[in-house]
Amino acid sequence: MTNDFFIDSKKLSAKALERKHQIENDASCRTNHMEYMPGMERIDSDILDNVIDTMNDYDYDRYTAGDVEAALGHEVCTIEDLKALLSPAAEPYLERMAAKARIETRKHFGNTVYIFTPLYIANYCDNYCVYCGFNCYNQINRMKLSLEQIEHEMKIIADTGMEEILILTGESREKSNVEYIGEACKLARKYFRMVGLEVYPLNSDEYKYLHECGADYVTVFQETYDADKYETLHLLGHKRVWPYRFESQERALMGGMRGVAFAALLGLSDFRRDALASALHVHYLQRKYPHAEMSLSCPRLRPIINNEKINPLDVHEKQLCQIICAYRIFLPYVGITVSSRESAQFRDGIVKIAATKVSAGVSTGIGDHESKYTGGERSEAEGDEQFEIDDDRSFDMMYRDMEKEGLQPVLNDYIYI
Amino acid sequence: MDNDKLVIAGHEFQSRFILGSGKYSLNLIEAAVRDAGAQIITLAVRRANTKEHESIMDYIPEGVTLLPNTSGARNADEAVRIARLARELGCGDFVKIEIMRDTKYLLPDNEETIKATQILADEGFIVMPYMYPDLNVARDLVNAGAATIMPLASPIGSNKGLAAKEFIQILINEIDLPIIVDAGIGRPSQACEAMEMGAAAIMANTALATAGDLPLMASAFRQAIEAGRKAYISGLGRVLVRGAAASDPLTGFLRD
Repeated sequence: MTNDFFIDSKKLSAKALERKHQIENDASCRTNHMEYMPGMERIDSDILDNVIDTMNDYDYDRYTAGDVEAALGHEVCTIEDLKALLSPAAEPYLERMAAKARIETRKHFGNTVYIFTPLYIANYCDNYCVYCGFNCYNQINRMKLSLEQIEHEMKIIADTGMEEILILTGESREKSNVEYIGEACKLARKYFRMVGLEVYPLNSDEYKYLHECGADYVTVFQETYDADKYETLHLLGHKRVWPYRFESQERALMGGMRGVAFAALLGLSDFRRDALASALHVHYLQRKYPHAEMSLSCPRLRPIINNEKINPLDVHEKQLCQIICAYRIFLPYVGITVSSRESAQFRDGIVKIAATKVSAGVSTGIGDHESKYTGGERSEAEGDEQFEIDDDRSFDMMYRDMEKEGLQPVLNDYIYI
Repeated sequence: MDNDKLVIAGHEFQSRFILGSGKYSLNLIEAAVRDAGAQIITLAVRRANTKEHESIMDYIPEGVTLLPNTSGARNADEAVRIARLARELGCGDFVKIEIMRDTKYLLPDNEETIKATQILADEGFIVMPYMYPDLNVARDLVNAGAATIMPLASPIGSNKGLAAKEFIQILINEIDLPIIVDAGIGRPSQACEAMEMGAAAIMANTALATAGDLPLMASAFRQAIEAGRKAYISGLGRVLVRGAAASDPLTGFLRD
């Protein structure tokens, strides 16, 4: 069971196509994904080894119903317990896992649920990540918002009442440089209480600069913790360097960011091992930086423009729920975000168990908030989307729906100091 | 009993229940005021600092004293800045200092708390520091100008009750300021026990916020706190540690 990721655009030149096929089919043409590129900061950290050694030792078929029972009975969830909870043996225990997860969520977060929205400001990308709509070989409308356009989008979003924003770019240092992102952060500080970033990985001094510009939270998805698999999916560009990406959160904390977020993109590789590694990445980093706030996202693969067939393979909703419950039981204190990739029904259910943060009023395209929020004509000057969303509820509707579920929507729990 | 008041820096309160800020909602605040009798409500500045939508400040009934806290602060400097912001927002002079360098257990940083207490007390704040129960630190906080001492009973949100009971008792015995037990109180019986020990007041949030019937639980807390307070004032009777008391005096053999 695999996804067919490779799509050839008719608009590519013969030479470009030849190059594309070469890197797709001949691993020897690709760069070493474990080697840092010039300019990439190296840090002294043992977290990568700790996470990957444990993941490599994980044989999830070894775990039994007895191990799962024991894990559910323990007051403190150990790494062994987490392994049991992520194993196939735990699947029949989903309801009990959910009950335990809900208790932990309520203890740490009460009935609250946070609402935020992403804002994509550019979709240029230098990478060839085969599953991503922004990949450099995918023929889509590319766009980078000017600062005036960014401010216009922010005003529209802020007018809905939203107080937390996540600024995203495609991964092109050339098109969306650090100064540009910094200016976007400064604008965001005018309209929002909390500014998060999901951009290409940076060095710690660059994170420090962006923190000074107003950003306080950094999200980097590792996509998959299986470096060999990663190599086959991220064929070109700086994103190809797997260890530099792994260390992003630590560099962000070194740069003074208050919090960091993690995720594996479920469906790319062996999801049980990726889920284990994601949780351990948080666990070990929290031990080293106990003051930092941490959160996990749980994205599954989605279709993209020009490739409708991409899907999350064996990660069905039950498996996703199992992963989220295991995250919650092992890491009771971390935020868990469930994005608009998932259906409204799934999100309404999972916020009652373990998720603490949902996005609303989402667009993964560029510069289209006005048309999406007001129902107006779609402008020619809009950039295409990174992936297709499922839950398209507006901010107001999400707010009301969360209240209907008996939850207290929270728009801001942050103070920038 | 009628004259029995909680006095914090000259301000008198009838109620000895303080609502914490962790998980707020309109229903919770209503129940805390109406059914638990709360006269002090904690306000997390980081949440109050919000735009037009839901702001906790809109919920606070008149006559209730706001106790802004500095949650989100990781050191004394940040706590001081949040406290000043609270004052600018019109929250008054009360401030509860919360400084955490740990997002997992949310345990307070005593050392930074002493520093912040000193600075804010000097600026005229009525400082109520949340702390890990340590007698030496409590004495330092007194010297720094604290108005009360707020030791944690057990990890915040854990509902584990008086895990730090022996150390809180030492603070009650040795410190002349009101000792307000904060964090970890999960049941009315635990609140009652803390009050019997001589705690001046109880702060709770999760225990109410996650209760099945909020108003009923709020009134249960009120009664438990009042019962514990009455027991403390009346002077607890003889408490047998183990076994029965000998009916024949052990010293009966002694001659006059």
